[in-house]
Amino acid sequence: MSDFEKSIGEALADPVLSDSLTRFSEAYRTSRARAYEGIDFEAVRGQIAGRKAHAARNLDALAERFTQQAQAAGAKVTRVASPLDACAYVLAVARQSGARVVVKSKSMASEEIHLNATLEKAGIEVSETDLGEWIIQLAHERPSHMVLPAIHKTRGQVAGLFSRETNEELSDDIPALVAVARRELRAKFLSADIGITGANIAVAETGSLVLLTNEGNARLVTTLPRTHIAIVGLEKLVERYDDILPIITALPRSATGQLITSYVSIITGAVENTDGTPKDLHIILLDNRRTEMAADPVFNEALQCIRCGSCLNVCPVFRLVGGHVFGKVYTGGIGAILTAWFDALEESRDIQSLCIQCGTCKDFCPGSIDIPGLIREVRDRVTQREGLPFLQRAAYAVVNNRKMFHAALRAASIAQKPVAGGGFIRHLPFALSPMTEGRSLPAIAAIPFRDRFPEIGQPACTETAIFYSGCLIDFVYPETGASVVKVLNHAGVRVVFPMDQTCCGAPARYGGSPEAAAEAAKANIKALTNRPAESIVSACPTCTAALKLDFPELMKKFGTAEEQEQARVIADKTHDFSTLVQRLAAEGRVKFKENAPGPGATSYHDSCHLKRTLGVVNEPRQLLASAGYEIREMAEADTCCGMGGAYSLKVPAVARGVLDRKLSNIKAAGAPEVSTDCPGCLLQIRGGCDAAGLDFEVRHTADRIADRLD
Amino acid sequence: MLRYAHFRVFTEDFMQRATAAGAECHLLAGVAGLASRIETLLTGCGVADSQGRLAVWAAGPVENLGHEAAALVSFPGLRLGAMRESAANALVGITAAGWGVAQTGTLILDSSDAAQRLASTLPEIHIALLWANRIVPSLGEALARMDPRRAPFIAAITGPSRTADIERVLTIGVHGPKRLIILIVQEGAKGDTQQ
Repeated sequence: MSDFEKSIGEALADPVLSDSLTRFSEAYRTSRARAYEGIDFEAVRGQIAGRKAHAARNLDALAERFTQQAQAAGAKVTRVASPLDACAYVLAVARQSGARVVVKSKSMASEEIHLNATLEKAGIEVSETDLGEWIIQLAHERPSHMVLPAIHKTRGQVAGLFSRETNEELSDDIPALVAVARRELRAKFLSADIGITGANIAVAETGSLVLLTNEGNARLVTTLPRTHIAIVGLEKLVERYDDILPIITALPRSATGQLITSYVSIITGAVENTDGTPKDLHIILLDNRRTEMAADPVFNEALQCIRCGSCLNVCPVFRLVGGHVFGKVYTGGIGAILTAWFDALEESRDIQSLCIQCGTCKDFCPGSIDIPGLIREVRDRVTQREGLPFLQRAAYAVVNNRKMFHAALRAASIAQKPVAGGGFIRHLPFALSPMTEGRSLPAIAAIPFRDRFPEIGQPACTETAIFYSGCLIDFVYPETGASVVKVLNHAGVRVVFPMDQTCCGAPARYGGSPEAAAEAAKANIKALTNRPAESIVSACPTCTAALKLDFPELMKKFGTAEEQEQARVIADKTHDFSTLVQRLAAEGRVKFKENAPGPGATSYHDSCHLKRTLGVVNEPRQLLASAGYEIREMAEADTCCGMGGAYSLKVPAVARGVLDRKLSNIKAAGAPEVSTDCPGCLLQIRGGCDAAGLDFEVRHTADRIADRLD
Repeated sequence: MLRYAHFRVFTEDFMQRATAAGAECHLLAGVAGLASRIETLLTGCGVADSQGRLAVWAAGPVENLGHEAAALVSFPGLRLGAMRESAANALVGITAAGWGVAQTGTLILDSSDAAQRLASTLPEIHIALLWANRIVPSLGEALARMDPRRAPFIAAITGPSRTADIERVLTIGVHGPKRLIILIVQEGAKGDTQQ
């Protein structure tokens, strides 16, 4: 077991961490939604993305203008390339002024350059003054969350830390502990020689710094000491004064669900000190590869981040393992990306592997950053540099040779007999055992769909659809394939099944090998092209997303002009099962049983790819409702089930934690049945129910609809 | 020029939002009576002429009060102007806000003078005066009325100082004021009104 796997295990076993993070993530969704009432989130984030992208394209010009303006207002501005340079500058200022005591307000940039260690080594006393940061400093840890650094600490632990610091016996009463922090830190504020801050925004037009806090510590840090040093990442620059409005509109709402933080300070130049002298203000513009990022055609998008932490708050993985595992200085989804740049690509190898690619953070990001997309790019570049592990490389080679792959699956169907029972594989031996901990695996079907299809008698029809089954329906859930054919036939659509179709390439695409994914795409494009059919239908959202979105994108990079055109035609014709059938039903072509007793209640689980990649939410629900089902919504219906393709095999302990959460939401919904549109989710949730001894009937929407046809 | 009816709506919204953010709002019909209201507040807060119980009044709002100011200046424990030492020993700090934001219950203060910051950060109680005709609907409108080149320290304040850093329990008054008391004066304000 690697150190990283060990750290995952420890984090999962820490009840304080996952309990606090999970409770926060639940409360967060509600308070965030309330805070955005009356605000057009899409419009606001469009503005932020636009203005920050503009700034990223013009970093040098903005840095120059900022420098001129701030200097004209009495600041000293320096631009530094590396964390070492930044630390050296701060040390030089401290030595020149003979400073002995430094107070800091929360600054991620100062964490990034590891400033505290540098100052302490030089014999300078540094105190964090943000309460959470101070707790972390006393505990000699690093923040576990970008906005809530000490969320993993209990009041009892804080009381212990404060007692040690003050040599007093303190109770764990929270207001009393906060009062102790006020008293202790007030003395430090009043005696400090230098105040160090970051900045949430830096305005080029006016040379202003914008600082947001709830505690008011930044106001004291910038007011009481005679010297103020601000460490500002270049990505904090915006061009104009009015660019700050969309950012301060979104930042508190997205960070903690507040309309605004208690304090917003806009500081322009050397403000007046308490003795009437002008402030000795130093502004350090920190590069640390930000200009290199800005020049990168993919990663420049990451500079649109406003550090709100919402990608942490909505992540189904982060809330289980926290930022000590999922990140370095910067944590969570954006942390996986920034670590690859601010530290080094290989530093993010383990961190990025925690992303399950559910896409939730992308919907919430106020900077409109495609966080999962950028994480995939980190993954691709890691494998480009380090190569794929042998087993993974061998697996993609097998998958991309359809005949070999399908022969292997058929062989497995026979070989599994000793371990399979009742349609499930419940225990695997030796190293494979984590794959079946908390989740039974489905047995591979005795007869795959491709062998059953020719036996299906189809009625005369007016139109034709190509069925793209995907591997799971073909080899594990062939009955769902039969349901798709039955429903389409009922609506007057004849189904053709090209035998040359093969794996859609998603495992390779999400596993860091776009080349292997492109090979799979080409084989499928060949199989699906030049067939007379009005549409292509898939009952697997991951496959649908591959056909609709990934094939054209991969062909742009790896295909010929002809393949690009073929991919476009395929993409246009491809629909997920529920969208197509709901449309047919709306045309009056699907008739459901009316007299038979109703089918009862089902909860519905949204597949990540169906909801967030394809944007399909209502169609399956409408379809199930017209078939007579009563939908009982589960909490977090659109939160990932933990399958994530190969994720559940690579990081099984985390996947299991995500699955447990899904199962408890299913239980709480109180419906005896569960429906979903994704065979991967089906595999995960069915396997989880089997292992936990829960007898929910978990089925694909296509099977439920087929049952209810008149 | 906005009509008076608008100010009333803005004032109501402002008070509702500010109260929701933990501020205490008091509405006064006019400048007349403001001095005695402040005296009552200071007495209620326990201000007295002793260390740790002082009130500091940052320069600015006194002039706006005209003859009302005279009655106040002799209040025991009240110091006009806020210095580092007096503010650190004060229980109450008094400042005037430049603008109010109805949408969020936020006060916008030009805090370029250090005294303004001292009076609104160090004492446990911050009393802020706000003229009702200076309440604008949105943060954007308030910021548009501030020029950072002329006001090098712009402070936006919403409710008291707060933290949720220990077990996410909301706790008031970690570094800044534990109480924010806003006196909204409806009439008799001097200075410019809204455009």
